[in-house]
Amino acid sequence: MRNGCDVVLESFDAEGVDTVFGYPGGAIINLYDTLYDADLNHVLTRHEQAAAHAADGYARATGEVGVCLSTSGPGATNLVTGIATAHMDSVPILAVTGQVPTGMIGNDAFQEADVTGITMPITKHNYLVQDADELPGVMREAFFLANTGRPGPVVVDLPKDVQTAETDVEYPSVDDVKRGIRGYSPTYGGHPRQVKRAAEAISGADRPVVYAGGGVIASGASRELRRLAEITGAPVTTTLMGLGAFDERDPLSLGMLGMHGTKAANYAVTESDLLIAVGARFDDRVTGKLDAFAPNATVIHIDVDPAEISKNVEAHVPIVGDAGDVLGELNSTLEEMAVRDGSEWREKVKRWKREYPLDYEESDDVIKPQSVVEAINQHSPEDTVIATEVGQCQMWAAQFFDYTKPRSLVSSGGLGTMGYGFPAAIGAQVGRPGATVWDVAGDGSLQMNIQELATVALNDIPVKVAILNNGYLGMVRQWQELFFGERYSSTDLDQVPDFARVAESYGVKGVTVERPSEVEDAVREALEHDGPVVLDFRVAREENVFPMVPAGAAINEILEG
Amino acid sequence: MSRHVIGVLVENQPGVLNRVSGLFSRRGFNIDSISVGVTERSDVSRMTLTLDGDEKVLEQLTKHLNKLPDVIKVTHLDAGCVERGLALVKVDVSSPESRSEVMQVADVFRGAVIDVSRDTVTVEVTGTEDKIQAMLDLLREHGIKEVARTGVAAMARGPKYTGTE
Ligand SMILES: Cc1ncc(C[n+]2csc(CCOP(=O)(O)OP(=O)(O)O)c2C)c(N)n1
Ligand SMILES: [Mg+2]
Repeated sequence: MRNGCDVVLESFDAEGVDTVFGYPGGAIINLYDTLYDADLNHVLTRHEQAAAHAADGYARATGEVGVCLSTSGPGATNLVTGIATAHMDSVPILAVTGQVPTGMIGNDAFQEADVTGITMPITKHNYLVQDADELPGVMREAFFLANTGRPGPVVVDLPKDVQTAETDVEYPSVDDVKRGIRGYSPTYGGHPRQVKRAAEAISGADRPVVYAGGGVIASGASRELRRLAEITGAPVTTTLMGLGAFDERDPLSLGMLGMHGTKAANYAVTESDLLIAVGARFDDRVTGKLDAFAPNATVIHIDVDPAEISKNVEAHVPIVGDAGDVLGELNSTLEEMAVRDGSEWREKVKRWKREYPLDYEESDDVIKPQSVVEAINQHSPEDTVIATEVGQCQMWAAQFFDYTKPRSLVSSGGLGTMGYGFPAAIGAQVGRPGATVWDVAGDGSLQMNIQELATVALNDIPVKVAILNNGYLGMVRQWQELFFGERYSSTDLDQVPDFARVAESYGVKGVTVERPSEVEDAVREALEHDGPVVLDFRVAREENVFPMVPAGAAINEILEG
Repeated sequence: MSRHVIGVLVENQPGVLNRVSGLFSRRGFNIDSISVGVTERSDVSRMTLTLDGDEKVLEQLTKHLNKLPDVIKVTHLDAGCVERGLALVKVDVSSPESRSEVMQVADVFRGAVIDVSRDTVTVEVTGTEDKIQAMLDLLREHGIKEVARTGVAAMARGPKYTGTE
């Protein structure tokens, strides 16, 4: 016999979880009491939202399920933004939340919130555990669901009395769990007939483009993607979530597409006669105006989630399956076939790349935010993870760093959550202690979880924060400049606070960088510094992100600086 | 746009109806009726949905239902299914000739009078949604005081089995 808390820890052990992020409280105090003697690394964040984002960053950087804990009521509701963030980007996290005792549920007990109700639309699945005998199965199932098929967040809401109740039900095997969820059986291998149809479409295409999303990274399919590009000679563009799935230094890489994507990527997609979409979901930030997105292309859509196929763009050749499995099958089929030469198309694409590189006007007087990302790109080691906040900073981080490996970018794409980057960087760093981890931050976003300076200081988590401090909610200001007649309503943050001093007060090294000539040294010194650092780059205040496709326009209708 | 009848077998567990109906509101699916009840197996419930929609809506709905871990099986029952709903109708019969006319209408629709009072008659009728609607239209002339309707329960005709094993 052991109690519910023991079962939770047993599940962590069985699933190979060695680190969890969390914040205690009355309804989870029993689990924390059990944690006290456990051989488990618990990182105490300073806000539950940060615990959820840290679990998410851990998951994105490692591919393992990230785990976070909170108490009931406000603890659990503070996790909600983090859970929704993970849900939108299909990130496997498990949140274990305390709940009031089963006998008090529904009575508006102290710190009661309907956590399963609140999180139902933003989880892959969730549980309110009513009986300790169910808990071993629930924990096993929760981990299984989080990280199979299309990954996603799972919440286990654990009433206080279930935490302390005894059970002798054993931790089940995966097979037992699969039998228990008979309605859940993701398709991994592609349907052979569809794979063959896709191969035929590819072999007959003159202007193919591969459009790769986060699914390629989730599936670990970069090698297969690389091989597809080799066989077909098709240029590859990725979404924000897909950055790193394909080496951006490769001549076939078009970089990112969409609203702030490269011209080469957007032109190539628009002119393509075949679009191979892999693990991508035709988000509106990618497609712009739907009718004008790849208007002449036959669309092959490979996705593990059947509900994504033909959701926004009609797929001519739908293939439900895991990106790696399907690409592997597709490559084997293609290896037996002749594909068109395509050198004319490749030349055209190369010309676009040459003609329209990502660019900005340099300056000797004021630090350009793009130059900070370039310096990070230049001086950081091979094994580097870039986490980002949200806004202009995020787009510059996407544009001016060369992503060469999967799991090197950790960024909130679908939900666009300000305040995500710093705690996610903490999670990434904890999961990959050998890597260099940056948070490319905005001054607005960082202030949404700035309390995590305490977490990095006390746990000596050597995250490097580079604030592209423009004193504005820059991305909103950019829209106001371009589309609202420069009426800067509530976007001027006026360079407050002094971030270096804030960092120092938490015991973190803080540096203010004001001159362009100091940028590279500051980056190098931060990299050499053993612990966490905050670099406050005072950048050109009204710099804009270009190229830009206005929301709702066709992706070849591009604004320039 | 056409009418569809969909059978959904789900785990007989608390919260399942919530998950399914939450999905509809979140994804903007308009469902005309829904009914739920336990099946020949105590661990499995059957939901029957009816909705108006085109093929694309139907396809998305089916895919999203299938994504819920608690959903075991989704079956399109449109062609050749048997379906029945039930309605209880309380009709005003305070005017002298009403009572016998209402009884007659009930008779034609093979309804049953299940309750009477001085001024009202309550009729029970089962059938397809169309049949129930037709009876309601006729009774409306007499003054319907109250209606309670279920969604439909449906299954495939003939030996075809749409259950879980
Ligand atoms: C939680 C949250 N609130 C509001 C927004 C809307 N929003 C998008 S970008 C942005 C500005 C971000 O400012 P900052 O972090 O300074 O980055 P910058 O754009 O200046 O680089 C805002 C307010 C958001 N994405 N997330
Ligand atoms: Mg800013």
